[in-house]
Formats: sequence, structure tokens, C-alpha cells
Amino acid sequence: MTILQIAALAAVAVGGGAVVAAGDPLRQTLVLSIYGMALTMLFFVFQAPDVALSEIVVSTVGLPVMILLALRKVRQHERAQKERDEQ
Amino acid sequence: MTRTTRLVLFGIAAAGFGVVLAYGLAGLPAFGDYQGVYGHVIDGIGVTERHATDLVTAINFDIRGFDTLGEEFILFGSVLGVVLILRQMRGEHDRPRQHEADEHTFAGASEALRALSLAVIPAILAIGIYIVVHGQLTPGGGFQGGVILAAGPLVVFLAGRYLRMRLVAPETLVEIGEAAGALGYALVGLSGLVLAGVFFKNFLPLGISGHLLSGGQLDVASTAVGLEVSGAFLVAFSEFLDQAIVVSGSPRS
Amino acid sequence: MTFLPYAIAAWLFLVGLYGIVSSRNLIRAILSLTVVQSATYVVLLGVGYSKGAQAPIFADIPQTSKAVDPVVQVLVLTDVVIEATVTAMLLALAVQAYKRFGSLDPQDLRAIQD
Repeated sequence: MTILQIAALAAVAVGGGAVVAAGDPLRQTLVLSIYGMALTMLFFVFQAPDVALSEIVVSTVGLPVMILLALRKVRQHERAQKERDEQ
Repeated sequence: MTRTTRLVLFGIAAAGFGVVLAYGLAGLPAFGDYQGVYGHVIDGIGVTERHATDLVTAINFDIRGFDTLGEEFILFGSVLGVVLILRQMRGEHDRPRQHEADEHTFAGASEALRALSLAVIPAILAIGIYIVVHGQLTPGGGFQGGVILAAGPLVVFLAGRYLRMRLVAPETLVEIGEAAGALGYALVGLSGLVLAGVFFKNFLPLGISGHLLSGGQLDVASTAVGLEVSGAFLVAFSEFLDQAIVVSGSPRS
Repeated sequence: MTFLPYAIAAWLFLVGLYGIVSSRNLIRAILSLTVVQSATYVVLLGVGYSKGAQAPIFADIPQTSKAVDPVVQVLVLTDVVIEATVTAMLLALAVQAYKRFGSLDPQDLRAIQD
């Protein structure tokens, strides 16, 4: 196993722990994006460029957009509910 | 059951599961010592058989095209699920559209972001189409290129307003595109059945490997899947954007 | 050292599972599910790798050179894109559950009583 592969595996292991340990979902989304990049590096050093391409587009464009929009909806709803309770 | 009970039970179960998992994974051959058969076979004959230099795309859309049909319909079904779950319920209504002059860009984006986004949109679309079409030559194909293409209208949304994005990617057109992509891929398989006797058999002329129009049906299948994946992601983005920007109110039970 | 990828995959699986079980917020549980899914990708690609081999793209290397297994790469490639849409559906469920029950805590969700 080359040094690059060991380093990529270590980054993925740390990243996985970081995603689970992150605080609120907003922070977790950002950590998830970085974890996706670590996974891309791992797939690349495992000689799988197709998979690396697919993983990087999904984890930087596909997933965070939807998570952030869902979080915004939840926060907005919370605020509207609070306003309605105050009235 | 309280949270601590749940965590303790999980700890015990995870310990047992971890032991079994370690035992199972230890039985695999050492990393780097590949002992399968199919890999060597396909690597040896793939280029001469299908005249395509990217064997992963050749397997995806030709040699194991049937699996991709199933996976594509999983994608179609889950986006259908998103649309159904986020449908308008009783008690919800659309927020009244603000006056055109007041409606600012999303979250008050700065001029620099808008200018940069406008510059980036044609690059994104060009790269997306390049990756879809060159799937059989270099790493790429329908799936990767489709997600990149879905990012294009999203950048329009970042650069302009939500209404502009709706102009560029109107709902009906996107949904028709997605359905056409799914149908197109199934038709490729059926044409193999009708014209060559076997479902998903490559029936188009194979061409010279290394050229753009090689691999027979790989081009067509890649384009169909690219259309479907980009349509699916755009539908999902539009649903979530609708929820975050337009819909308000609580569903009454 | 040769079992490192599989050990990392097992670690990712268990950590993700712990994240799902112990989260107080539905969206955190959904993001931990992503970690569980990536454990399977690492196992599959680890199985297909062969020492000293290159990527199965023969555009500029001679056809007889040693390459890794392309079949497992196909499985992982389609899986990555499709799990993103499945996660989208789970997020839609979470948003709808929040609108109806007012909280994202899994313990506050009850059966819908219409």
C-alpha cells in the first residue's frame, strides 16, 4: 500500500468521525462536503477516476443544496410559528 | 424506551456486530491481491469487444446495461417520492409575490457573486455536455455529466432571482426531459431486443475505438441517462426551493 | 496493514450507525446515514484493487497493461448518484414531519391520527 493510500484512508476515517460528531446540522453539512472530498481522494488513489468524479459532483453540488434548503425551511417555519404564538 | 436504554442496547448489539464484521472481513483476500475472474476477462477483451476505451462506461451501459436500467428507475422513483411528499397540503398557500423591484437576490447576494456566477454558467454547461458525450472515451458518462448539468440552472438561481431560474428551467420542460431520458434508456434496451434478438445487445455500428462515435449504443444510452439524471436533480432542487421560498403555512390535519 | 481499508470501512459503518441511533435531530440522522453508505463504497473498491494496477481506462495506455476490476466501480458509481436522491426523499420526509409535528426530534413523532 502506498503512502498516499494510507493517508487517504486516515483522512476518510477522521472525516467520518467528524461528520457524526459535528454539532448542529448546518455545521455538519459543511463537514460532510469536506468528507466527500476526502472520499474523492481515496477513490482516486484506488485507481477509480469515474467513481471519484461522481462522488465529487454529488457531494459538492447535489447533496449540500438540498440539505441547506431543508434547514432553511425548518428555521423559517420555526420563526413563523414563534410570530404566530406571540400574536 | 429512554435514550440511555437505547444507547446501551445499541452498544451491546454493536459490539456483537463488530465481532462478526471483523471475522467476516478478515476472511477476504489481502488488499491488493485481487482474486476475481471477471476483472481480468473484461480488462483483456473490453476494448476489442466494444471498441470503447472507458471500460467502466462500457460495463455500465452495455455489458451490464440491465442493472443500470433498474438503478435509473430507483432514481426516477425517489424523485417521484420527493414530489409527492412535498405536494401542497390543505392549510398551505403560496406566499404573495413581492413587487419586482423589491425582490432581491437570494439572501442578498453581492454583485461580485452575481458577476462570477454569470461567467461560470456557460463553462458548467459545456463541461457537463462534454462529460456526458465523451463517456466511452475518458472517465465520465451519463451519471456524472447529468449532475454537472443540473448545477447550471442552480447557478442561474444564485446569479439572478428564483423567478429567473424558473424561466431557464421551467417545471414542465424539466419533468418532460427527465421522463424522456428514462424512456429513452428503456427504448435502447428494447431496440436491442427488437433489432438484435437480445435485450440490451449492442445493435449500432461499433466504430473505431478512440473516436467520438464509438461504442455503438454507449453514446445514446449515456445521453439518455444524462438527460434523466439532470432532470431528476433539477426537479428535486425545484421542490426544495419551492418549499424554502414560496410555500408558507402549516398543514392542517 | 493489508487489512486497513476493510478496518476503516468497519469503523465508518459503526460510527455512522452510532450517529443514527444517538441523534436528537432527524437531519443529523440522515447525514450519518451518508457515512454508513460510504463504508460500503470503501469495501467494494478495496476488493477490486490489485497491486501495481492502473485505472481501467485504455485511452492512452497499452491494452495489455494491468488494470483494476471495473465491475465494482460500476456498482459504486451508480450507487453514489442514486443514494443522493434517496437522501433527498428522506429530507423531504423530515421537512414534512417538521411541518406537521413542530419538531425534528425522533422521539416527538407520533403516528398520524386523522
